[in-house]
Amino acid sequence: MASKVIHAIYTDDDVLMQAVKDARKAHYHIGEIYTPFPVHGLDKAMGLAPTRLAITSFIYGIIGLAVSIVMMNYIMIEDWPQDIGGKPSFSYIQNMPAFVPVMFELTVFFAAHLMVITFYMRSKLWPFKKAENPDVRTTDDHFLMEIDVENHSVEELSKFLQNTGAIEVNLIDKQE
Amino acid sequence: MYTLPNKLKLFAIVFMVIGALGMVAGFVNAPGSQEEVKEMLAHHDDHGATADSETAQHDDEHVEHVYHQLQNRPWSAVYVAAFFFFMIALGALAFYAIQHVSQAGWSPVLFRVMEGITGYLVPGSIIMFLLLVLSAMHVNHIFHWMNAELFDPASEKYDALVANKSAWLNETSFLIRAAIYLLGWNAYRYLSRKYSLKQDEEGGMHWFKKNFKLSAGFLVFFIVTESMMSWDWIMGFDPHWFSTLFGWYVFSGMIVSAITVIAMVAVYLKSQGYLEHLNNSHIHDLAKFMFGFSIFWTYLWFSQFMLIWYANIPEEVTYFVSRIEDYNLLFFGMLVLNFVFPLLLLMNSDFKRVNWLVIGTGIVILVGHYIDVFVMVMPATVGESWFIGIPEISALLFFFGLFIYVVFSTLAKAPLLAKGSPFIEESKHFHY
Repeated sequence: MASKVIHAIYTDDDVLMQAVKDARKAHYHIGEIYTPFPVHGLDKAMGLAPTRLAITSFIYGIIGLAVSIVMMNYIMIEDWPQDIGGKPSFSYIQNMPAFVPVMFELTVFFAAHLMVITFYMRSKLWPFKKAENPDVRTTDDHFLMEIDVENHSVEELSKFLQNTGAIEVNLIDKQE
Repeated sequence: MYTLPNKLKLFAIVFMVIGALGMVAGFVNAPGSQEEVKEMLAHHDDHGATADSETAQHDDEHVEHVYHQLQNRPWSAVYVAAFFFFMIALGALAFYAIQHVSQAGWSPVLFRVMEGITGYLVPGSIIMFLLLVLSAMHVNHIFHWMNAELFDPASEKYDALVANKSAWLNETSFLIRAAIYLLGWNAYRYLSRKYSLKQDEEGGMHWFKKNFKLSAGFLVFFIVTESMMSWDWIMGFDPHWFSTLFGWYVFSGMIVSAITVIAMVAVYLKSQGYLEHLNNSHIHDLAKFMFGFSIFWTYLWFSQFMLIWYANIPEEVTYFVSRIEDYNLLFFGMLVLNFVFPLLLLMNSDFKRVNWLVIGTGIVILVGHYIDVFVMVMPATVGESWFIGIPEISALLFFFGLFIYVVFSTLAKAPLLAKGSPFIEESKHFHY
């Protein structure tokens, strides 16, 4: 399916922010915005839903804690409860202080690593991924807002974007 | 400008009166002689005791032991409550100094709230010092090492371990040290408050820079004296025991209680229509500190406990043996209050902006840290004869009333916005 989009390029993040607000007010659909660095408040201006990454991390942490408890309970208490230096291995709770460092570390390990992997999967990042960069300048000092043309008039849309302070407005045929 | 509402004043005074009555009752009800204790104990276990001479002697020793514990009880109750509220004011002072030195951009709208809370430092110090002087004058026996017989080789109570510590543990140097800490802290509190008010009048950078240097100096003084204070005033109850991270441990409990109280007072004032520039991002920041320092406290608690539990050296481990055997519920229960509750409730970023949740968690944290001080002091003074009854609750009520009265009347003495601070504009628009 081929669709037409307009790329408006800006050189200042404040101008970009204002353009995003104007475009949303005029009910144009913003497809994507490319910036060289995080622009504070851009997600709010675009109306993006907040991330749920922290919630997944919490769940992963609980899983890590459970793994550590089950693992050490099996190894140290159930499978072979040896007397090692007089430590009480009769029940898990009796020897628990000795297990806390492992419980803590595994909780952090699971919470951190699984969250990072979740992030890579959700944002579709991997080592041999082809970069999706519409304009090389957006990794250096330019900001690019992509707006779907849909059934708007291209001329009117271009004019609108010029007025928001875009230094370049290009019509792009997107092949998907 | 804040004025102390009559209702709040009455509220505080009612607490003080009820607390004072209860404290008096606590002292009156403490057994006056060993005979009373004997009767009490006999009443407790009158199940078929056939007394031969040996057990009779043993019983006498037991009676004497319990008698001393019960006599200590009202004193310890007062001491725990007095120290608990004193440490809140002291922790708030340390936090205040940190805000100046770190040139924090979010906190200047809260400076006057912190200064109000540190207003309790003066009466709190006087009461603490009085308690220490009374102990040193042998009016009570809560500090075991103050018994002169322990240092006398001729006495049968001679205790070589304590006697070897006499260079540190003697009444004179104990009181001199206490005076130095208290004077130092109060001097900083007096000067920084003065500079802060001058800055409001005159503006500019002069008083700000003076306060910055003073605060940096205070923090150096504080961390040394706070550590020594915890050895003297808390670890001194167990003169046979020692722990290297004890000063930090006491500090962590102090700072988390202080930040909690700052947050609670700020939320209260906001709800009354004061502090117009306080927004929920400030509350969010305070709640983050409550969360972080609660975990810091737990980290130190666990580090102290686990190292001693793991090595199990008899001279160190008795400290925890008595706590686990006689104070089991309190000793482990406070972990739930001080760690699990704040961990789960304050982890969520949205929750940290909800006022009633911050207040609720704050109450849990404060109860937890009262129990923490209780478990640090009581096992050495009243041992297994502890109970949270009239003396303990009354002392808590009395000092709570006093604290509320002093803090809110200090708040009424100056405008609630430190308008001279160079960071005040940033702080007004702070947003996270």
